[in-house]
Formats: sequence, C-alpha cells, structure tokens
Amino acid sequence: MPLAGTVTEGLKIVIVGGFGVGKTTMVRAVSEIRPLSTEETMTQAGEGIDHPGLADGKTTTTVAFDFGRISLDDQMVLYLFGAPGQERFWFVWDRLFSGTLGAVVLVDTRRLADSWYAIDRLEHHRTPFIVARNNFPGSTHSIEDVRDALSLPDDVPLIDCDARDRASAKKVLITLVDHLYELSTAKEAVLS
Amino acid sequence: MIRRELDNEEPDRLYTVTRGRSVADDPHLDIVTLIVAAADPAPGMQSEHARILRACRAPVAVVEISADLGLPVGVVKILLSDLLRAGKITARHPSSSARARTQLPDTALLKKVLVGLHKL
Repeated sequence: MPLAGTVTEGLKIVIVGGFGVGKTTMVRAVSEIRPLSTEETMTQAGEGIDHPGLADGKTTTTVAFDFGRISLDDQMVLYLFGAPGQERFWFVWDRLFSGTLGAVVLVDTRRLADSWYAIDRLEHHRTPFIVARNNFPGSTHSIEDVRDALSLPDDVPLIDCDARDRASAKKVLITLVDHLYELSTAKEAVLS
Repeated sequence: MIRRELDNEEPDRLYTVTRGRSVADDPHLDIVTLIVAAADPAPGMQSEHARILRACRAPVAVVEISADLGLPVGVVKILLSDLLRAGKITARHPSSSARARTQLPDTALLKKVLVGLHKL
C-alpha cells in the first residue's frame, strides 16, 4: 500500500526488547503493512584485537531489525521499529534511531534481566521511554514488583499490554506519546 | 525480507553495488527520510538505481527501500545520494533532523501524533 503523495514527515518510535518478547507481534498488531525487515552493517576498527583473517584489523557486524508503518494523517507517517536490545545494537542506535520520538521497552517478567541493559542505554542516550509488560500466561508478579525489579523511576510510565491485540498495542503507543507530551509541556513551561 | 547470512561472498557484492564506497555523500539521509522519484528509470542505468526509481513513485522511506532491495541501510543511502545528486529523486527530510539529539519534539507535533493514533 503506497503512502499518500502529500506525506512530508516521517516519524519513528522504537520498540526495544529481548528475543521472543513480542516486538514484531506488537508492530504487526498496529502496522498498516506487513512488518518488513532489513539490516544495517557497521565496521569497527579492531581495537587491539589481532584478527588474522582481516588485514586492516576491521570487523563488520550486521544488525537486523524489523519495522511497520502507520499513516497518521495526510502529512505524517509513523514508522515503528522493533529492535533487539542486545549490546551490539547500541553501536548503530544513533545512526538508525536518532530523532526518535521515544521508545517502548517491552518486557517479559520471566526474563526481566534482559531489559536492564536497554533501560540503562536509553537513559544514557536520554531517549524518553515507557515500559510495557507483555502479559505472558503464568506471570504472577504485580506491576509494582516489576517496577521495583527494574529500579524504574516513578515518573516512567509502566503498563500491562497484550502485544497481539491491536487496541492494546495502540494504547501502549498512546501512553508513550502522552508521556512525551507531558515532558515537552513541562519543558516549554520552563522556557517561556 | 532479509533472511540470508552475511557470508563471505556478500561484502564483494555490496562493494560492487556501491563501486567501493562505504560512506554516503549526503549525511542528512535519515532512515525515515521520504524519497520521491523525479524521473523514470533510463536504459543503461545501474539496476539498483532503476529499482529505487520504480519503488519511489509514491513517497517511500529510506528504510522501506532498504527492505525492498534487500540491501543494508548504509548501502541504500549511498545509492540514494547518487540519485539525489543527479536530480532523479527528491528527499523530504524529517523535522527531527533539525532538532538536537536530546531535544524533545514540540507539543504541536505530538498533539497531531496523538490525534492520528486515537483514530487507529
């Protein structure tokens, strides 16, 4: 499905989470296109690593990610990216996701530790984010247990969701943008 | 969809596609910059350039072209900078590229995003 010819503004929101947590499922639930995937390569100078196969000491790594799309109105289109939060991904974060409106950290309570690194990196990059717990069967923790386990500050929204459900995924995005709106309003109030 | 492994053969192919270049001339191309064709594919054109022109008759984001061609984002940016320089495409840059990295989007933009999301 092609975009309207009048669209001028591409926006992005990134959904970060470990493997199998439901990122692509959430993208699919709200996207107007079937999720697509692509990749970015990065070349790093081998710092002190003697790699016999590569004469110039450089290594190339590939990171894959997927994405979907939502036409917001006749001028704006929102791209939703599913990004694995693992370490090597953060090397290409700025190249791919600078200018993102914000991020959703999708967590599975059975593997909360998978999210610590992503939350730490988002804070480091000063990317505003919310946390959404994907309700896998059998999760018994209360949402406040999750907040404690993630050492999440009180001002970061934390909600439950079902990544398969369109209405639920939509609510997650709205919660994020509401949060951004509050942050931006507070900042504009300080400046004016 | 890219499902293949980046095997030994692959860097050579990418090297050929970009004619050995590894950095795009136009650093302003974002993955959500929207590309629109300003010309039709011409005979003798590099096949990837022709495929891009066919893909962007309606606006399409850099990242969609990357997925469509099955080429990494960085390689696609190099091909797009060729076409931009030749005047074969135009680029609609996101307003976020004019914003400092840690600056929040303004409330007017966010309000429009919320209206769009509520309509979903």
